[in-house]
Amino acid sequence: MMRHYRYLTTILLLSAALGAYAQQTVVGRVTDGSDGSGLPGVNILEKGTSNGSLTDANGNYSITVPSNAILVFSFVGFQSQEVAVEGRTTVNVTLQVDATQLDEVVVVGYGEVKKEDLTGSVTAISSRDFNKGVLTSPQDLLVGKIAGVSVTTNSGAPGSGATIRIRGGSSLSASNDPLIVIDGFPVDNKVIGGSANPLASINPNDIESFTVLKDASATAIYGSRASNGVIIITTKKGKEGKPQVSYNGNLSIGSPIDFFDVLSGDEYRELVGEVAASGTVSGLSTDALERLGRANTDWQREVYRDAVSHDHNIAVSGSINSIPYRVSYGFTDQQGTLKTTSSKRHSLNLNLSPSFMDDHLKVNITAKASNTKNNFGNTGAVGSAVFFDPTQPVFNGNTRWGGYFTWVVDPDNVDSDPIGLSPRNPVALLDLTHNTSNVDRILGNIQVDYRFPFLPDLRVNVNAGLDYTESDGVNNTDIRASWVTDVGEGQRIDYTGENKSKLFDIYLNYVKQIGESRIDATGGYSYQSFENFGSNFNRNWDETKFYDSDVNEEGENVPRKYVPELTYLLSFFGRINYSFKDRYLLTLTYRTDGSSRFSEENRWGSFPAAALAWNISNEPFMAPISDVLSNLKVRLGYGVTGQQNISIPGSPNSSYPYLPVYQISTNTARYQFGDAFYYTLRPNAYDGNIKWEETTTYNVGLDFGFMRDRLTGTIDVYKRKTEDLINNIQVAAGSNFSNFLWTNVGSLENKGVELTLNARVIEANDISWNVGFNFTYNENEITGLLRTEDPNYEGVAVGGISGGVGNTVEIHTVGHPANSFYVFQQVFNQDGMPIEGLYVDRSGSGGNVASNGRNKYHDNSPYPDYLMGINTSLRYKNFDLFLAGRVSLGNYVYNNRAAGTTYSALFINTGYFNNISPMIHDTEFINPQYWSDIYVEDASFFKMDNISLGYTLSPGDRFKARFSLTVQNAFTITDYTGIDPEVNNGFDPGIDNNIYPRSRNFILGVNLTY
Amino acid sequence: MVLVVALTFTATSCFDDLDPQSLGSSIKTSADVYDSPQAYKEGLAKLYATFALSGQQGPAGQPDIAGIDEGFGNYLRQYWNCQELTTDEAVIAWNDATIKDFHWHTWTQTDVFVSAMYSRIMYTVALCNEYIRATAGNEDPDISTYHAEARFLRALAYYHALDLFGNPPFVTEADLAGSFFPQQIKRSDLFAYVESELADIEDDLGAPRFEYGRADKAAAWMLQAKLYLNAEVYIGTAKYTEAISALNKVISAGYTLAPGYRMNFTADNNTSPEMIFPITYDGQNTQSYGGMVYLVHAPIGGSMSDVSEAMFGVSNPWGGIRVTSAFVNKFDDISGDTDSRALFWTDGQSLEITDIGQFTEGYAMTKYRNRKFDGSPATHQHPDFVDTDWPMFRLADAYLMYAEAVLRGGQGGSAAEALNYVNAIRERAYGDASGNITSGELTLDFILDERARELYWEGHRRTDLIRYGKFTGSSYVWPWKGNVKEGTGTESFRDLFPIPAADMGANPTLVQNPGYN
Repeated sequence: MMRHYRYLTTILLLSAALGAYAQQTVVGRVTDGSDGSGLPGVNILEKGTSNGSLTDANGNYSITVPSNAILVFSFVGFQSQEVAVEGRTTVNVTLQVDATQLDEVVVVGYGEVKKEDLTGSVTAISSRDFNKGVLTSPQDLLVGKIAGVSVTTNSGAPGSGATIRIRGGSSLSASNDPLIVIDGFPVDNKVIGGSANPLASINPNDIESFTVLKDASATAIYGSRASNGVIIITTKKGKEGKPQVSYNGNLSIGSPIDFFDVLSGDEYRELVGEVAASGTVSGLSTDALERLGRANTDWQREVYRDAVSHDHNIAVSGSINSIPYRVSYGFTDQQGTLKTTSSKRHSLNLNLSPSFMDDHLKVNITAKASNTKNNFGNTGAVGSAVFFDPTQPVFNGNTRWGGYFTWVVDPDNVDSDPIGLSPRNPVALLDLTHNTSNVDRILGNIQVDYRFPFLPDLRVNVNAGLDYTESDGVNNTDIRASWVTDVGEGQRIDYTGENKSKLFDIYLNYVKQIGESRIDATGGYSYQSFENFGSNFNRNWDETKFYDSDVNEEGENVPRKYVPELTYLLSFFGRINYSFKDRYLLTLTYRTDGSSRFSEENRWGSFPAAALAWNISNEPFMAPISDVLSNLKVRLGYGVTGQQNISIPGSPNSSYPYLPVYQISTNTARYQFGDAFYYTLRPNAYDGNIKWEETTTYNVGLDFGFMRDRLTGTIDVYKRKTEDLINNIQVAAGSNFSNFLWTNVGSLENKGVELTLNARVIEANDISWNVGFNFTYNENEITGLLRTEDPNYEGVAVGGISGGVGNTVEIHTVGHPANSFYVFQQVFNQDGMPIEGLYVDRSGSGGNVASNGRNKYHDNSPYPDYLMGINTSLRYKNFDLFLAGRVSLGNYVYNNRAAGTTYSALFINTGYFNNISPMIHDTEFINPQYWSDIYVEDASFFKMDNISLGYTLSPGDRFKARFSLTVQNAFTITDYTGIDPEVNNGFDPGIDNNIYPRSRNFILGVNLTY
Repeated sequence: MVLVVALTFTATSCFDDLDPQSLGSSIKTSADVYDSPQAYKEGLAKLYATFALSGQQGPAGQPDIAGIDEGFGNYLRQYWNCQELTTDEAVIAWNDATIKDFHWHTWTQTDVFVSAMYSRIMYTVALCNEYIRATAGNEDPDISTYHAEARFLRALAYYHALDLFGNPPFVTEADLAGSFFPQQIKRSDLFAYVESELADIEDDLGAPRFEYGRADKAAAWMLQAKLYLNAEVYIGTAKYTEAISALNKVISAGYTLAPGYRMNFTADNNTSPEMIFPITYDGQNTQSYGGMVYLVHAPIGGSMSDVSEAMFGVSNPWGGIRVTSAFVNKFDDISGDTDSRALFWTDGQSLEITDIGQFTEGYAMTKYRNRKFDGSPATHQHPDFVDTDWPMFRLADAYLMYAEAVLRGGQGGSAAEALNYVNAIRERAYGDASGNITSGELTLDFILDERARELYWEGHRRTDLIRYGKFTGSSYVWPWKGNVKEGTGTESFRDLFPIPAADMGANPTLVQNPGYN
């Protein structure tokens, strides 16, 4: 890395020296007359020439002109102003808002553009549009806000991650996560051990705006990581002027939305009695029945609680010696509704944005540091609490198992051995587990922007940064626990993780106005490294038995280090924006990436993109109706993006899938010859020709605004085709070192329509009302899975369920959406009851229908067909009301808990009972029928995510206070019979098993600004 | 200009960085992995371990094959399922995918367990090919022995393919790993290939019992004997004389019957003098959820759970496997008091099975245990993982094969020896000569039943029944054969398993076995 800085210094010194021969340079700041803030993107033109410049994000500009020049400042939405230089070197200007709406600058990759000049499908939302009442996770700010962007929290656990999908997934086996760029730093989305989520360490209060790049013409500048879209996060920066202090605090109480309906102890005893009498379940002998308890325990109420959380944020911004700064500190203490779970985060954010050399040299320094302490608890209690025998008490007076009721082999001796594979007391699971982690992260970068004095149209931007995360954690089990490997000996697990990513970018930007043509060209180079390390150490409490460890040369057991994953990306990129008469816009983008994941022959991938846009409303012929149709723009885009993000956990092939890598075994996978145990050396499956996965996107868009943009909207229609899918797929037996191989096979298509509408329905002094609506339709289809055509090929089984081992209910098949449910068609009797084990013989081949996989059919898929987001804000005098909700249609869910509801599950012959749901009466099944299509349910829903009511006080000039009351997850309308229809997490989409339930939260918020 | 130069410099200086060595990675590839004698032996250990373990991390993690639960995808576990769950010797209670189809004879080409077995076999072949390439021409005497062992293990895997699937894809060390479509080989050609490989390596393999756990000459002779004994099934030509010739070499190699029958199935069965070729397990060093761990845990359930630790040396019974009454009825006395091989557990168990899903229906067996023969804890005692080794080949099997080959007309042996061998086995079982039979009682049918009594749950049953024409069809039925409580005849094409649909998709050159379309 050092060598980069050396070159940089050389460049800067050389250019500075040359600058001494240039004309007079004028610098200054353009501010907004309404609030004094810096105005970015203001056009500065030397009158009568084509010499021009633009202000940056802070409103600062610099231009080189003769000393007698006249400068014309213009910006959409503001009145233009002419100012004579008269020999001054600093000219500050205040622009007044024009009657028409203010237009913004949008941050795009490696630069920013005026919203009006956008040619791609880009949506920006700023802090004032964020969801209200969000406590911990940045991604929650985006839920339901943007067409084509689905954000689903993975569970209700504190600090839990979310699955973000932009226009569906572009890949089957490789990553479908969008690229996230924080203040110019593309972050590694690999989750480190001990961390819940890569965004968890970012304080949402520090975020100024999100820009979501959706189509390839916008994302291609990020090339190989852009296939799933890009989310650019910009954090708040300091503003010049008096120090401003703000405090933002929330107090929240969360409780489980609902409990899974199971029998009470009395109901259960009654049912078991009936079943035993009927003889449908064998083994329910008199002896067995004596094992039933006398209690009425509601296990779910035993493990959940009302969770109290609070957070506090203090930010100070201003400038010292004309160096703008912003410092913020945040503290969040979040309790989970599942007892013992929690997450605490301290975050410190620092931003400095000084300018030097008459604003020719601008520096932006950002550092975000955070410390997160998680208590993950034991989420095994979620499932255990549902099905644990309600007739048993929490405590039964044993001494060996800490007093917690435990299923033991000898019912007459509460201290006898536990029954293997029996469920464990949910309360004991929580109380006897100590599962905590500590995660430290620092994300910092320095951006230097230098405008050449001798050629003010040209600037160079250098960005160097580091993202470093270190974690350590323990997952210990008390010696009183009955469920560890060596019963009575407890367990200690220590683990560590380390993610390191280094970035170095440099680009040149040249902007030139020639007559009515404007060229904005950018070209650059980027280098980024990703290094992941970690270790694990697993042994019994007394450290006499070792389950996962390495043995050092002295023969001692030490933590086992994971094979480090080291990957690197080198890139060259360029972009030209050309506009003519502010009406005809063209963007050409090209990026070439080199990835260390591929062999020299396949290392470099090329990702071109092109887009055209026509600002119809700027045409003279539109002038007569401009009051009605204030904005109309048509966009056309095409681009190719790539994917190289392969993750094979723990395998050296993650970094080098193209090499015949050998992997040594752990000490518990050795093999005995004679009296000695030998480690084993295995060649891993590899594909010497593995290469980039490529996605081609076509996009047609229309932006419009009516009645001076009181109503604005966007429609996009897209088609996205991914070829050479990087797929973990079955390969011809005998051809490689596994039956599955990461290779380029198959193709996938996504087609969709997006609509966004925003209306300022009422705008008056005392009252205003805004409504936002977005709509997404996406259709996903696998178009190829094999190297050759084979119409008989079933596909790749996915979607693991709970029940049995290795059972799956989903499949990837050509001609169907990814993860389609693959099940048997249930046969019903005359009363509409399903007949156990009887299915439609769809293959017509007779015999035992349930034995023949070919009788399964493709039911629906977990992915919604239609998504809608609705939000509205109403302000009346000092009151404001905010509502946000979502509709999801056509998303199906496999109700795994229902599928586990059978009479045979009541009693297991090794001697224990399981509770059951009253749903049993919907089927009366004795044995599990996991592949019956009755368990695939339509889980379409409407969710009212947020209702927030606020009151603002502003007694003085500078002091402002806002109080708010928010309800999060207010209510859900759905036909789905499980607890929560939203189960599209990234791992097993659409399988509703034992997910940590989301909570309903009531949040009291205070916001003070001085 | 300066900029351009500077940029180019910065960029090019990084280009080399993208190769693993310059990135500072410590990975080993096939180009440099075998840099020490130790590495060669570790490479060899993997070839053996592929039968025992599921991946590079014990008990689970970094699996060798995917698409199935890792423990299920274990070679030995699936081999056992294919050979035993399909017969009168075993049923299983669980609801895992299509596992009961084995017993019902209703498996299809989409069966995940059949697919796992097939993938495992071809995986082992591919691994052996790589090792055979790496050690080819190496003059070091140790390494040339390793090389021969790798060829033996490949022949063993191919023998399983020949027996289970008939016409598998065929790859040798000439086929580099990559992305291609291996061509199918005919059963008769594969027979010839395995036959010639075993003949070829005989001299290079170690002497019998040269190092425990490693395949030696006797292991190769046993495999030859199995190939020849079943030759009529495989190629339609009898080769009983060749079988006897191989068995004579095994029998004269110094093995003796262990004094106690159970000594072959305990945590210290590595000390059994009758063990010819084991797959080794160890509670602390060789951990997996397949193989012997499965075979010790899955048969424990019901009232046996109470003695799980005391009798079997494991803490967590899995409650799965029992036997059918057809098997139980092969014993005159099931108490174990006369025939010590009758290791039944009947307390709380019914003889007949109405619901395969209930562990308590059907007698359970106590054959495999993770306790030493004397009842003391295993040397590397672990509550979940076992020291007990898999007795793939042992002397009693050689004796019974010898007797059968003689009865089937093979030359080079004698009926008198055959009777001696069979009675040696029975004397051990009965503790005295009370169970001995006469030459008149030594019939082929007797041998099939004796093989069941002596070798049950050792992975021979399906092959034996096919050799006797009793696996499919209705000449012999047992409870739940054909998915009927009393048992019914099944289609003869089920003597072979199908080529898995997944591989038919991945390799379009394959042709399905008859009956499976």
